Amino acid sequence: MDWVLFVTQILNGLQLGVLLFLLASGLTLIFGIMDFVNLAHGSLYMIGAYFCGTFTDITDSFFYGIILAIPATAVVGVIVEIIIIRRLYSQDHLDHVLATFGLILCFDALVHFAWGPEGMAIPLPAILDGQIEILPDIVFPTFRLLIITTGLTLAIILYLVITRTRSGMLIRAGASNRTMIGALGIDIKTLFTLVFGAGAAMAGLAGMMISPITEASIGMGNDIIIVAFVVIIIGGIGSVKGAFIAAILVGFIDTMGRSFLDTFLKLLLSAESAETAAPALSAMLIYILMATILIFRPQGLFPPRGR
Amino acid sequence: MFRKLMLLATAGMLAIGPAVAADKVKIGFVTTITTPAGVIGKDMVDAVNLAVKDIGGKMGGLEVDLIIEDDGFKPAIGKQKTDKLVKQNDVDFVAGFIWSHVLLASQKSALDAGKFLISSNAGPSQIAGKLCHKNFFSTSWQNDQTPMAMGQLLNQKGVKSLYIMAPNYAAGKDMSAGVERVFKGKIVGKDLTKWGKGAQLDFSAELAKAKASGAEGIFVFYPGKAGGAFIKQYAQAGLQGKIPLYSVFTVDSIALPKLQKAKMNGVMGSMMTQFWAPDLDNAQNKKFVSGFKKAYGRYPSFYAAQSYDTIFLIKSAVEAVNGNLSDVNGMRAAMKKANFPSVRGKFSYGNNHFPIQNFYSREVVSDADGVWTTAVRKVVLENHQDTYAKNCKM
Repeated sequence: MDWVLFVTQILNGLQLGVLLFLLASGLTLIFGIMDFVNLAHGSLYMIGAYFCGTFTDITDSFFYGIILAIPATAVVGVIVEIIIIRRLYSQDHLDHVLATFGLILCFDALVHFAWGPEGMAIPLPAILDGQIEILPDIVFPTFRLLIITTGLTLAIILYLVITRTRSGMLIRAGASNRTMIGALGIDIKTLFTLVFGAGAAMAGLAGMMISPITEASIGMGNDIIIVAFVVIIIGGIGSVKGAFIAAILVGFIDTMGRSFLDTFLKLLLSAESAETAAPALSAMLIYILMATILIFRPQGLFPPRGR
Repeated sequence: MFRKLMLLATAGMLAIGPAVAADKVKIGFVTTITTPAGVIGKDMVDAVNLAVKDIGGKMGGLEVDLIIEDDGFKPAIGKQKTDKLVKQNDVDFVAGFIWSHVLLASQKSALDAGKFLISSNAGPSQIAGKLCHKNFFSTSWQNDQTPMAMGQLLNQKGVKSLYIMAPNYAAGKDMSAGVERVFKGKIVGKDLTKWGKGAQLDFSAELAKAKASGAEGIFVFYPGKAGGAFIKQYAQAGLQGKIPLYSVFTVDSIALPKLQKAKMNGVMGSMMTQFWAPDLDNAQNKKFVSGFKKAYGRYPSFYAAQSYDTIFLIKSAVEAVNGNLSDVNGMRAAMKKANFPSVRGKFSYGNNHFPIQNFYSREVVSDADGVWTTAVRKVVLENHQDTYAKNCKM
């Protein structure tokens, strides 16, 4: 096998993986700590992308765009939590799904109203728009490399916050037993709002990272949120470590499927049926992985302790 | 009492209904207004409104009544809306249709009711062949024709090896088959990517493969928002200048402004094939492009051009029968002649009522004002008829 291609595909898989992690870490905390199914998490991903586009337009710099858009997305998250989500914690999961599905429709309509239907391209500064030769012969887009470093850095920060700080301890405690930490006199309401805001900021950051590649568009979050749910189910709901490992796993499997499955299938099938079957099968791979893991470990790979 | 009033009102409406219909030409236009694909529908609706304005809102002495419907990018809704136009609005013409699968689902509703059906974009092989119908007309092309022209262009340019990328759905497979049918070189790789709900927009893995394949050219078909995404990643991956880009229905005046805004210089000079371009030299096209730019401040896309032609085709039919809309045979005979000023210049209709027309190579250039657009280079296929016409028994 061509090793240049193989290494490039590993990097591509890693890039997809860290992007999924940014989205899934917030989702898994919200689901794990508050027992809240938030389908609208993808809408925050979309809002982050549009904010970044607008701020980049105004300031004429992608970096300022990101720096301004992250707190703005967090604020939207906090407002949504206070006005709507907070009232739903006591309801059951079906109500969560219904209400957050409604939120998706509202967000999509609001974005359509504010930014129009045509989507938004985000220009990159010249320094990020090129390629870097990482190893001899392995040339990789600079911006994708930035996504990988940002994602990995955030993963380390998140790990330190969760394992080494008091708020991290509360988050872990909340994921294990939310009634108990409430009974111990912790202000659980504020904790929930903060976690929701942080989750929103990370989802927004994921949107900001992908939109210079694809572009910001209405409903962009609805497509990826399904994969994010797959990630948190594989990783174990409530576990950030699980979300990280599962996200990287899913990123690799998806990319490798797209890269090498058709070559592999051509050994077994005719060229024409391999061409048609490969994309269908590679789209299914992550679901097959999820189903397999659910059979052997229904609680996911790294479920939080105490559940 | 109330019920009696309602009955009276209904009876009154029924009595008035036909009387109103007689002095109006009703045109139903089905396109996509919502979903991200709504940007295509917007271009079409803008063009249709411009055309109606340019003809003074009248055809053969009758007022034009335009009813726009949104198919939501879904075949089932497209059919519902067509049914509504036919039964409730009793339109004389059903036109529009961006998507082949929406048109295929809706065509029976319009044609069985004896209405004229005019496709302003979709050109599925079925309707060009076995399912052809005397009351169906196209102001666009059959799906395979544009990629066949591309295959021809690649041969003329002496390209020896090609990498193909297209979405994994009916039109994506048609497009890649069209190129493969004509292209004489070697296909060194081919990717059909996920499409529809949750369509793939990140092509990192595929582009890495294309680069490793060492192809002399890459052919893509990515309509709508996927097109812009693809071209950005093509440039970001540094393929520009290494593997030249050849595309169909991907780089259009919907994608170009966004690419220009994102400073994607990689698209400059890339080649495509099409039946029309904004700078095609004929009087009607000049009037259309300058009118469209004046009214909306942007270049029209090919979707807009085809929609503009749709109104003029209908006008030629209504005028041929002096506004007597019950003369269906007369209108059909008039449309068959293609005797109207078209933005593509003179063309004729084949037996299956698809245009027999020229296909040109186009290149992405910057116009006098620095706005990115496409310019016609040369005729690649002259007076080309689609390959399915022979399956049409008409």
